[in-house]
Amino acid sequence: MKQFLEGSHSVAEAAKLAKPGVISAYPITPQTHIVERLAEFVASGELKAEFINVESEHSAASVVLGAVATGVRAFSATSSQGLLYMSEVLFNIAGMRLPVIMVCANRAVSAPINIWNDQQDAISQRDTGWIQLYAEDNQEALDFVLQAYKLGENPLIMLPVLVNMDGFILTHGMEIVDIPEQDLVDKFLPPYNPPYKLDVDNPVSMGLLADPSIYLETRYALHKTLEETLDIIPKIGNEFSSIFKRNGIRLIEEYNLENANIAIVAMGSVCGTIKEFIDENKNLKIGLLRLITYRPFPKEAIFNSLKNVKTIAVLDKSISLGNEGCLYTEIKSLFGSDKKVNGFVAGLGGRDITKNTIKKLIDVSKEKEVRCEFLDLKEDLLRKEFYVF
Amino acid sequence: MYSELEEHQEEHQFVSGHTACGGCGQALAAKIVSDTVGKNAIITNATGCLEVFSTKSPTTSWQNPWIHSLFENSAAIASGVEAALRYLGKIDNIRVIAQGGDGGTADIGLQALSGMLERGHDILYVCYDNEAYMNTGIQRSGLTPLYANTTTSPSGKVLKGNIRLKKPMVEICAAHGIPYSASTSVGFYSDLQKKVKKAISIRGPKYLHIHVPCPLGWGHQASLTIEVAKLAVLTGLYPLVEYEYGKLTGVFKIPQKKPVIEYLKLQSRFKHLLSDNQALEELQKIADKNIEYYNLLSKTN
Repeated sequence: MKQFLEGSHSVAEAAKLAKPGVISAYPITPQTHIVERLAEFVASGELKAEFINVESEHSAASVVLGAVATGVRAFSATSSQGLLYMSEVLFNIAGMRLPVIMVCANRAVSAPINIWNDQQDAISQRDTGWIQLYAEDNQEALDFVLQAYKLGENPLIMLPVLVNMDGFILTHGMEIVDIPEQDLVDKFLPPYNPPYKLDVDNPVSMGLLADPSIYLETRYALHKTLEETLDIIPKIGNEFSSIFKRNGIRLIEEYNLENANIAIVAMGSVCGTIKEFIDENKNLKIGLLRLITYRPFPKEAIFNSLKNVKTIAVLDKSISLGNEGCLYTEIKSLFGSDKKVNGFVAGLGGRDITKNTIKKLIDVSKEKEVRCEFLDLKEDLLRKEFYVF
Repeated sequence: MYSELEEHQEEHQFVSGHTACGGCGQALAAKIVSDTVGKNAIITNATGCLEVFSTKSPTTSWQNPWIHSLFENSAAIASGVEAALRYLGKIDNIRVIAQGGDGGTADIGLQALSGMLERGHDILYVCYDNEAYMNTGIQRSGLTPLYANTTTSPSGKVLKGNIRLKKPMVEICAAHGIPYSASTSVGFYSDLQKKVKKAISIRGPKYLHIHVPCPLGWGHQASLTIEVAKLAVLTGLYPLVEYEYGKLTGVFKIPQKKPVIEYLKLQSRFKHLLSDNQALEELQKIADKNIEYYNLLSKTN
């Protein structure tokens, strides 16, 4: 059924369709509308779930950890400082091999405090062992939530998934979304039936102390599973596609890359702007590689997609301070010095990335080689307020 | 005899083979708690001695389903377990026990515990109070008693050890208006067992605070664990009390007041006080105040 919904409500619909038994909620902008809508579903009886208003994000993550460990599907959502506060638990959830599914409404991190969008929050959690997907629009965010359960709960994987959607741009942006029918979702996503859980009839101990004789192997196993996930993601995407008649999860999306002279690499909603720019400037021969699966990192798919392009321009909405854009480092590492790979940082803290920003990125990339070029910097402000010359 | 022992072992929810120190009060208390609760319980455990000595991979001492996640979130993990059981319709038949040490409960885990109590989860939270961060090597916690020597509150020429009083955890929990908040001691088996039984017979959030001597951290002989635990109570330094819905409803009466020196002199963490009359007087006053406030002495005296 098609509805005109904001992104938050779109993913709340998806979470409802996945029938989680436990939902934990802690308010943080711009995530809050997601759990508010789920609270309404529970209050109205449309969704039968335990809705737990926790006292912090640390406990929000811990509650869903405990629920999934008990064999019950769970959902939560957060942003920015909330995700950072969960960080300790995020590592724990992945290490314990529990398929917790969360949505992150991507937002800048403090200081200075800023509630607007960039992707620094989720990028900073890239090494937690979570699978990370980045949605371009609200339909994808909705669809990704359903597929995240299917993916994470696969007995061969048993890992948590973070579905990323740009804060405000998607969470508060209204779009027409197709909400799938419950019976089709049930067909695609059977009830959670984990190979291990806390059960008085078959008691197990979980979260044991691993000394140096075994810890290394636990991390290797986790790493191998994440790598194997690269094969399973397209399969689940195809299955989704065959049932719901639209694209499912993929590693990457290629847009206008054949015959492109310059390939932009980016993630999330900004790709919509980039696609429009490409369409309006066909003569420039620009293509886009949209990274959908950020972790595990699909090296092979990216390499094969970009190996014939002369110039690559990576657009980061995050930065490894003191180094360069996070995605840039990883894309650059795939290619030798024979290829020009440019790095750009833009849109931090909600600064709009417009088609004009993309034009600047292209203009710079044509002329020179840059590693960490900030776009749309206000030079006057830097001099006057920050004494940067 | 051997087979008898094995048979006997199977009856316990917390079995031997773990690596706790000799005379560990916490191991003994955990065994009493889990045995009293029985097999229809899921246990969550904070990081700490109990977790480390009972579940070194690939072994476990727990016959209950048991989970450890982090230091501060035992109460939150238990909240998730309880919510899941509620969703599954199993909450009437399965108890949820959250446990942690004094640091994991009163310091880093206090927020999660308060949330658990306030939300009304049907969970018994058990704090094993050995009065310092023992797992990391005897550092001072919010439950370290006045003037105790720890590695981060050492006694010296200027300071007499830990300069703060114990955080009143039983009262803090009781102030949440929960059905049951009580203190007990591993030194009094029947009191401990009785309070665990009572707690699990009540629906809603419960808090049980158990005083558990630590021979290593307190510096007493391993054979004296029970005696030290008893003396803490009999001197009045560690009152065993019960609150129901915020009201004091029970105290463990002591037959006659023992001087605090009887308790202190067995432990090297207090040895710097033995010739310090002013400090001894202060500690005696704390005990006397407890005895008066809670009316601890039996009427026969």
